[in-house]
Amino acid sequence: MKLHELTAHELSERLASGEVSAVEVTEAHFERIGEVEGEVDAFLTLTRDEALEQARQVDDLRAGGEKPGPLAGVPIAIKDVLCTRGIPTTCASRILEGFRPPYDATVVRRCRDAGMPMVGKTNMDEFAMGSSTENSAYKVTRNPWDLERVPGGSSGGSAAAVAAGEAPIALGSDTGGSIRQPAALCGITGLKPTYGRVSRYGLIAYASSLDQVGPLARDVRDCALAMNVLAGRDQHDATSADIPTPDYVAGLTGEVSDLRAGVPKELMGEGIEPEVRTVVEAAIAQFEELGMAVEEVEMPNLDYSLPVYYLIAPAEAASNLARYDGVRYGHRTEEEVADVYDLFAKSRGEGFGPEVRLRIMLGTFALSAGYYDAYYLKAQRVRTLIRQDFDRAFADHDVLLSPTSPTVAFGIGEKADDPLQMKLADICTIPINLAGIPALSVPCGMAAGLPVGLQIMGRPFEEDVLLRVGDAYQQATDWHTKRPGL
Amino acid sequence: MPDVSREVVEHVAMLARLALSEGEIQRLQKELGRILEHADRLQAIDVEGVEGTAHVIPMTNVFREDEVGESLEPGEVVANAPDAADDFFRVPRIVED
Repeated sequence: MKLHELTAHELSERLASGEVSAVEVTEAHFERIGEVEGEVDAFLTLTRDEALEQARQVDDLRAGGEKPGPLAGVPIAIKDVLCTRGIPTTCASRILEGFRPPYDATVVRRCRDAGMPMVGKTNMDEFAMGSSTENSAYKVTRNPWDLERVPGGSSGGSAAAVAAGEAPIALGSDTGGSIRQPAALCGITGLKPTYGRVSRYGLIAYASSLDQVGPLARDVRDCALAMNVLAGRDQHDATSADIPTPDYVAGLTGEVSDLRAGVPKELMGEGIEPEVRTVVEAAIAQFEELGMAVEEVEMPNLDYSLPVYYLIAPAEAASNLARYDGVRYGHRTEEEVADVYDLFAKSRGEGFGPEVRLRIMLGTFALSAGYYDAYYLKAQRVRTLIRQDFDRAFADHDVLLSPTSPTVAFGIGEKADDPLQMKLADICTIPINLAGIPALSVPCGMAAGLPVGLQIMGRPFEEDVLLRVGDAYQQATDWHTKRPGL
Repeated sequence: MPDVSREVVEHVAMLARLALSEGEIQRLQKELGRILEHADRLQAIDVEGVEGTAHVIPMTNVFREDEVGESLEPGEVVANAPDAADDFFRVPRIVED
């Protein structure tokens, strides 16, 4: 097998034994990028020189007899929503064109400290708003399984990069499904951790009560390795949880017969494509064969997730995105301005793309006098009902199972003109962010030649259980080993 | 569909500090109307006595020691500014003579 086809844990073994060097591994991935990036367009910025320098440092450490961590020398791609010191960070928006952050996001620093060479910054929907990566102001990323289809979003560049072999691991962010849905559509594994499990410092904010950073990789074991680097309290993020983090790799015992699973009826209904449902039902049956008790559960308030999300997330976004004013950083209008308010309005009107403008308007509306109670406050209260549905389900079940996405990857342009249709892509993933719980997406089959993802949801801070369940499934199946014929 | 009038769009755009073109005002009237129609499904739900969720993790204030830490140099702070002079951000005149 070629180096770019290996998982992170396979690369880790070869690096530790001295079979390959970090420079060789990094070079191999840039060679692969050279072959396929013209077709996939996963990256906004490539950082070859920096990556090779980091790789050399890892090789020097090993040559000096030191034993760096298991991911030292394993390359990583970083979603362009994360601040990287001195390296352009645009959030795929014109308003941040040319912005070079003066500091690293905590997760970026942790990856650097772990010795992971950063190959580049990946494409995404502008400000992480979207489900197809078509909302990027810069380029359209293509699904490695079918170049006429979207990779999902908003972490579409990260998912496509991993699926295409351009990086073994990538970081994404997930506000309503933005790690899990592209992972599902690209046939890879992605984890959205519990809100607070991973630091958000240096993550460019979309909706602060929903955003979370997590890994995308080829299998569950790689996500566990990445979580050992990413998880934990950060003094720079007051919402990061001060709860001990287990060794996620050590927890992959393959044993799941002690666990009970629920299947929410509301997430297997008519909104799910029949072919996807059939594949997911077969995957659920596999869990029963592994010894898990599986039963249907009812969570009636999940049906309200979409409207709740589309009031709360834009409201938080309207507030977070107020910082882009054309003064301290980012785009400033070159038109004549009457006063400083005119400068703000023109700079923002020019710098934000159509979907971002729509969500800022929607959020500002929901927070404005006369509408606040009826829309924003109402949505927050229904959010509580959704959380209570999860609390009830998790009283009797250790994990919940559902499709990750109601469809397989759709065509480029197919839903771009219909924002409401696009939003339906997230019906299975949005409830998880509203409840703040962790969820994992694993490949569980194919429909019409395209990957289907299974979503495994868990109790707050029980990422270890999700990873154990996902790993047990991958030990029993080989869907995660399928690669696009690119 | 809730009627999102031109006046509402213009008012909200003012609050959001967004300059909109004529075509954009019409697009937003239509799309905001569609999304709010969908959101109106929530109005029928009984939430009597239900507290809103602003944050999923029960949290109290987080305190830390008040210590002097590392800070960015002024030059680094203004390095990304579209217009700066002498380590200050420059904006159009706000206060009249």
